[in-house]
Amino acid sequence: MWQVFSENWEFFLLGTYPRGPIGGLAMTLIIAVVSLAITFPFAIGVALLRGSKSVWVRRACEAYTTLIRGCPLLMLLLWIYFFLPQLLGFPLSPFTTLVIAIVFFQTAYLSEVIRGGIEALHKGQTEAALALGLKRWMIIWKIILPQALYNVIPGILNQFTSVIKETSLAYVIALGEVTYSASQVNGILMTRPMEVYMVLAALYFVLCFSLTQIAGLLDRRIARNRSAVR
Amino acid sequence: MPALDFSAIFTEHYRWLLITGLAMTLLLFVLCWVGAMAVGILLTIVRMVPFRPLELLVWAYVEYQRNVPLLVHLFVWYFGIPQLLPYSANDFINSHNSELIFAVIAIALYQAAYISEDLRSGIRTLPKVQFEAARAMGFTFLGSLRWIILPQAMRNSLPPLVNQTLLLFKATSLAAVIGVAELTYQARLIENETYRIFESFSVITVAYLAGTMPLIWLGSRLSRNNASRTR
Repeated sequence: MWQVFSENWEFFLLGTYPRGPIGGLAMTLIIAVVSLAITFPFAIGVALLRGSKSVWVRRACEAYTTLIRGCPLLMLLLWIYFFLPQLLGFPLSPFTTLVIAIVFFQTAYLSEVIRGGIEALHKGQTEAALALGLKRWMIIWKIILPQALYNVIPGILNQFTSVIKETSLAYVIALGEVTYSASQVNGILMTRPMEVYMVLAALYFVLCFSLTQIAGLLDRRIARNRSAVR
Repeated sequence: MPALDFSAIFTEHYRWLLITGLAMTLLLFVLCWVGAMAVGILLTIVRMVPFRPLELLVWAYVEYQRNVPLLVHLFVWYFGIPQLLPYSANDFINSHNSELIFAVIAIALYQAAYISEDLRSGIRTLPKVQFEAARAMGFTFLGSLRWIILPQAMRNSLPPLVNQTLLLFKATSLAAVIGVAELTYQARLIENETYRIFESFSVITVAYLAGTMPLIWLGSRLSRNNASRTR
């Protein structure tokens, strides 16, 4: 297993042919970071709209999250890969396709995480801010969001590991991230699939495991801080 | 964009493909669910045995399954494992729908890790005296699990278990990547032959939603009920 990795580490980590200059694990990280960065504002928006005054806005947001929860990501990806270019009239790169799919998918999940953070806040926060005469958007922007987002940092990190795992679907649309690179290496070596895919699994494991451990650490620290405040 | 024409994908041939795809998805789902439940319960029981190395082993297994994407598990099983198996075993598997067998193993083992975590947190909410009282009443270790702990833990963790069932149902779509002829696979096949993208994907979207929506509804209902009962 180590031999497979040491002889092909460039493929696994940076991935070159034929979709250079960057691929492999680096590409996995790029996709994950870009998708999460785009997802983030959308998720905050949906989370806030879930608490809107209008019933219809609330229902629309709820319908969206429920619908996304009911769809497999692979199916969403295929919809976007095959159907969206037809609808738009111009082709989309595999990278854009995957990012759109993940943003669409993760907005629903991340908004639930953020909503959990908002709902966990004490009601007195809003009431005190209202009593001080702050405007609604000021309350959200200066009082609610900073606290809610701080409290859900571990949740966001966990969601980030989910995104990393979801980027493996790039293989299906031939986007050269680490799963695709591994299958290329497998194609070159021919006879050692077990080693190649165990290397792949190990790469994902190291990445995601360290992230979830950090998330757990932060979770404990934030919980401690919160109980100290009380 | 061509005009919508659902009749194009409901010709006899394509209708048959969709029906077999649906049957395959359901078969995958049932096999994976039973497998995942069995392995998940087994893992939970093994974890309760007060023997440190065993606990560590289960922990390592759960972390491995949870931190590696399902697609990679599928590849390890489908492409990797045959390298380790003897010829006769490979022969047997290949003549018995190897895609289905490996997909079931990979998905079941993957979901089992999540299920065991949910069951464990269900058990942890039970007071420890439940177990001690059962032992004092003369139940054996396994007996107290079977009759006292697991029934209560199962009820506590019913909402997360429904959620895992939902995730498992969605996860079966990934089996299409290694070539199991289930719904997603058939939809791509039909789309490939007819260029009816919207029509073929709509059909499977409706099929998946028909499976997942009741589960989502059940899950939210159960968690509401549980919340009101504990209050």
